Amino acid sequence: MNDDNSVTETTPTPLTLGDKTFRSRLLVGTGKYSDAETMNNALEASGCEVVTVAIRRVDLKSGDNLLSQLDRNRYFLLPNTAGCFNAEDAIRVCHLSRELGLGDWVKLEVLGDKKTLLPDPVGTLEACRELVSEGFKVLVYSSDDPVLALRLQDAGATSVMPAGSPIGSGQGILNTNNLSIILEQLDVPVIIDAGVGTASDVTIAMELGAEGVLLNTGIAGAKDPVAMAHGMRHALDAGWFAARAGRIAKRRYAQASSPTEGVLGE
Amino acid sequence: MSSENIHEGGIGSNSMELIEIQLNGEVHQIEKTASVLDLVNSMPLESAAVAVERNRAIVPKSQHGDTLLQPGDHIEIVTIVGGG
Repeated sequence: MNDDNSVTETTPTPLTLGDKTFRSRLLVGTGKYSDAETMNNALEASGCEVVTVAIRRVDLKSGDNLLSQLDRNRYFLLPNTAGCFNAEDAIRVCHLSRELGLGDWVKLEVLGDKKTLLPDPVGTLEACRELVSEGFKVLVYSSDDPVLALRLQDAGATSVMPAGSPIGSGQGILNTNNLSIILEQLDVPVIIDAGVGTASDVTIAMELGAEGVLLNTGIAGAKDPVAMAHGMRHALDAGWFAARAGRIAKRRYAQASSPTEGVLGE
Repeated sequence: MSSENIHEGGIGSNSMELIEIQLNGEVHQIEKTASVLDLVNSMPLESAAVAVERNRAIVPKSQHGDTLLQPGDHIEIVTIVGGG
């Protein structure tokens, strides 16, 4: 809530995850950009502090990749386990991430199959438990299943991140009912991860009460990624404020906005 | 050892003994006495940080120089790339 009713407050409060605080509630992926300049400009326009990265075999032919041109001092790098289809592989990637100097924070993904990229709930839970026991701070990609979300919280996840819709699908927020239940039930921060197609999807996620939104393709795949990044940032702010403002109830029929008395001709 | 040495090592010099390893899923030949550090230095990388697994166990950076490659080793060298 906005305690002092200040008219000068124009940005949401920072995002707290575990023992860290981040200035932006928008978390942005670094994949799929056509060139480093577009990536850097889009990240800047989004206002994000946390950026996700992947860990892959070194390309023996071409060597360095786009990410070597990311200004690493400006961002908090959150490595993901994208592409892992079992707990063992995901845990292995997290170990490599530590060795790469990326620390203990990971975005855990254990996927069920290549077509849907939906999470494998069993493998996800198994990997989450193991990683937490090894001291990792686990931000875990989940389906929008409220029971699984609770189990992941119980397993020690720092944040549970249910998908709005399948990764990269751009379908937005498909199951507001399930997400609302998750948001009501969990004590750890819930971040909506995946499926965002355009700015209004971010607003809807925030209006539901999410602590933040993680997206990649919605920006990187837009015709003008930098313009879309601006849009996503403002959309997040809009949803955050609206969620705290207490929206009006929906009614079946109209209710006049102007006084109904003193109308000429009465 | 750089890859240059391998190319120049043919005529007249000590014959280079090569071993075969699996590097990032592909067959790779390297000098018999090469260490993990030699292998990493032969990669076409400018500044990117890498992490190395040898037969599924991480080789800490501090041990790259002391860890000699053995025939048949499965080596994975990974780095940070863009991702969502």
